[in-house]
Amino acid sequence: MSTSVEMSHYVRSDKIEALPPPNLARGPIAWMRENLFSGPVNTILTLVVLYLLYVTIPPVVRFLFTDAVWTGTDRSVCREDMVGHPVGACWAFVWDKINFFTYGSYPAAERWRVNVFFGLLAIGVAWLLWLRAPRRDLGAVYFFWVFPVASYILLTGGNANFGLRFWVLFAAASAILIGVLIVLAQMLKASIRTALLIGIGIVAVFGLTLGAIDWDFGLLPVPSALWGGILVTLIVATVGIVFSLPFGILLALGRRSRLPILRLASVIFIEFVRGVPLITVLIMANTMLPLFLPPDTSVDRLLRPLVGTAFFASAYMAEVVRGGLQAMPKGQYEGAMSLGLNYPQMMVLIILPQALRIVIPGIVNTFIGLFKDTSLVSVVGIFDLIKTIEASRIDPNWAAPTISYTGYAFAALFYFVFCWGMSRYSIGVERRLAAGQKR
Amino acid sequence: MNTVVSQTSPPKKSVLYDPKVRAFFYQFVLVVAVAYLVYEATTNAIANLQKAKIASGFGFLETTAGFDISQTLIPFSAAGSSYGDAFLVGLLNTLVVSAIGIVFATILGFVVGIARLSSNWMVAKVAMVYVELLRNIPLLLQLLFWYIAVLGPLPQPRNSLTMGAGFFLNSRGLFMPRPVFASDITAILVALAIGAVAAILFRRWAKKQQEATGRQYRVGLITLGLVLGLPAVTWLVLALIGTNPITFDMPRKGTFNLQGGMQILPEFVALLVGLTTYTAAFIAEVVRAGILAVSKGQTEAAGSLGLKPGQTLRLVVVPQAMRVIIPPLTSQYLNLTKNSSLAVAIGYPDLVQVFMGTVLNQTGQAIEVVVITMGVYLTISLLTSFFMNIYNRRVAIVER
Repeated sequence: MSTSVEMSHYVRSDKIEALPPPNLARGPIAWMRENLFSGPVNTILTLVVLYLLYVTIPPVVRFLFTDAVWTGTDRSVCREDMVGHPVGACWAFVWDKINFFTYGSYPAAERWRVNVFFGLLAIGVAWLLWLRAPRRDLGAVYFFWVFPVASYILLTGGNANFGLRFWVLFAAASAILIGVLIVLAQMLKASIRTALLIGIGIVAVFGLTLGAIDWDFGLLPVPSALWGGILVTLIVATVGIVFSLPFGILLALGRRSRLPILRLASVIFIEFVRGVPLITVLIMANTMLPLFLPPDTSVDRLLRPLVGTAFFASAYMAEVVRGGLQAMPKGQYEGAMSLGLNYPQMMVLIILPQALRIVIPGIVNTFIGLFKDTSLVSVVGIFDLIKTIEASRIDPNWAAPTISYTGYAFAALFYFVFCWGMSRYSIGVERRLAAGQKR
Repeated sequence: MNTVVSQTSPPKKSVLYDPKVRAFFYQFVLVVAVAYLVYEATTNAIANLQKAKIASGFGFLETTAGFDISQTLIPFSAAGSSYGDAFLVGLLNTLVVSAIGIVFATILGFVVGIARLSSNWMVAKVAMVYVELLRNIPLLLQLLFWYIAVLGPLPQPRNSLTMGAGFFLNSRGLFMPRPVFASDITAILVALAIGAVAAILFRRWAKKQQEATGRQYRVGLITLGLVLGLPAVTWLVLALIGTNPITFDMPRKGTFNLQGGMQILPEFVALLVGLTTYTAAFIAEVVRAGILAVSKGQTEAAGSLGLKPGQTLRLVVVPQAMRVIIPPLTSQYLNLTKNSSLAVAIGYPDLVQVFMGTVLNQTGQAIEVVVITMGVYLTISLLTSFFMNIYNRRVAIVER
């Protein structure tokens, strides 16, 4: 088809004038036109959402702030029939009970110990989470050894009073351990000095831990039945975290191992725990743990759910760590082996530092899940934050219609601040780790 | 085969350096340790049970239960039913709340997930706030909130809230009309079956026609007409003849309580709402990730082929996104099923509440009850992952 001739009829030969610049290319109104009212559907959607916000936001704000009662000592300030105007959240109730929500029934004179525990926990968490903190290896030692032992002594009072017989047995066991290590080293024609160092190291760690627990620091013993509130919530979460990371790494290594029985055992444990709800694990720990121990031994009521949560979190952590191990290129393993490193050296020096780095976001997500799941211990009768709120909201001294809402709002705020903070952190780390891959 | 020993045999090493020996040694230690633990636990458990005078075994399942359950899908009575029946009742209640919760959570989750990607700023932000808020607050707290703070203050049955169309809401739950089916309901079912078969045949024919001639038919509309229209017409005809196959048993206000109709427990409502909204927040994130995983080039290519936005979404984006969405979506379904065990906190009679709660407390058969309950959840989990693996193999991208 020859077009050149006909085209000249309708193809413009002269230049048209440039259009004026778009009226509103920037500024709030242009932004709104583009993002909120770009078409009929969008306009309707915006209006619907605006209406929904209009219906929900003002009552919530009125409840939480405008109509809220901030000060008072009993229910009379929070009852509409007694104060004569609508009453929103009764923050006076939370303020009145804040000690119970934080410490449970921990003796008032000893609460400084709980505060020190909170401080130690904050230091440990900050040390590990701050990626450029100095000596993060020491931080790990602190968080996984010094901090748990110190917290145990602080909170319970320590002074376990093991007695002379225990220490004699301990000395004997230590001697046997060191002896076995030396014999092994000789059979393997390895350095006896290393064997001695390892043996003495193990003995020292256990000895120091047990010695500290045994030592009388003059602290008043506080049974765990008196602990409660945020203290218990943080303890359950911390024990879960401190225990689940190392154990989860071991399980992940077991699952990736070439030894069939070890692999099978890891797979069975992981899949079993991940296949059942946490609450059944907690009930199992509560009812079956005492059954499996010798008669006449009693397990601390708080320890049972701790064991349950720790195992539960480990299985999830194992899967996260496995993801990191699988993401490592095979060259890293081969490179480590060709340097002559043995399995523990390869894992500790080459693979795990890189693999764990990749999965930091996954680990933090597991922690978020664990932190939320700690609320379940209230179902098996442990006085965590939820249980203290459940107990306080039926207090006749504070019998007012909005007490339940206030209590739940407080708990929601607490959990939200922690979980949201952790998720922000995880997103930040993810961005930093992805920086190298960005093009 | 001749046995030729290599001339330069490696230097003699300690047998302890042999990887095989080490592997055997480690696993041997593991087996011994596990066996020891199991042995200790078993002997201790036997001793403890004897001390507490509890007979072990599954015989207790035949014993009369002697307690009532508030929601039963199968006939159950305190006097005539056994612990085994109680187990079945709890299991069915768990499955019912999980199944309905999965349906609603999927719908809500997809809506929120797509809303988060909306070009409308306000819709996207509201969806984001929803997801962040719901995901960062423990489910237990949300359940307590729905049950105690929202459903708790509902009025007594006498002052029920009337919601119209025979729906009433009060402190005993939600009351709604109960459909009563007459015998000629079969006619409607037959019509439904015929409609479905016709729709499938039509779709096949329409596809062939399109492939052959390029002509498109309004497949969606006609399918809808066949599947829903045919039963509706049948119903109308039957109703006009005079034998209405579906009547509704309306709840009526009695002196103290509502009578007739269908009652849905407040515990069920609270659990369903809590599970749905909570899981929907997670599903929304899964959906968002899935849609974002489809590269923009796909959308642009579809557009340049002349597909309309709706068609692009339906024919290009969604099928590819589904491949990414389905596996995490299934794990969310499993999470919902497992989370339904939180029913125990608000007293909905699910498997854990009935069996691990009441039955365990009454009989003291801790080991048997825990084993059965965990076995149920484990079976559900393993079955689901088994089918998931099959599905994944089918939809996986075929690579060289």
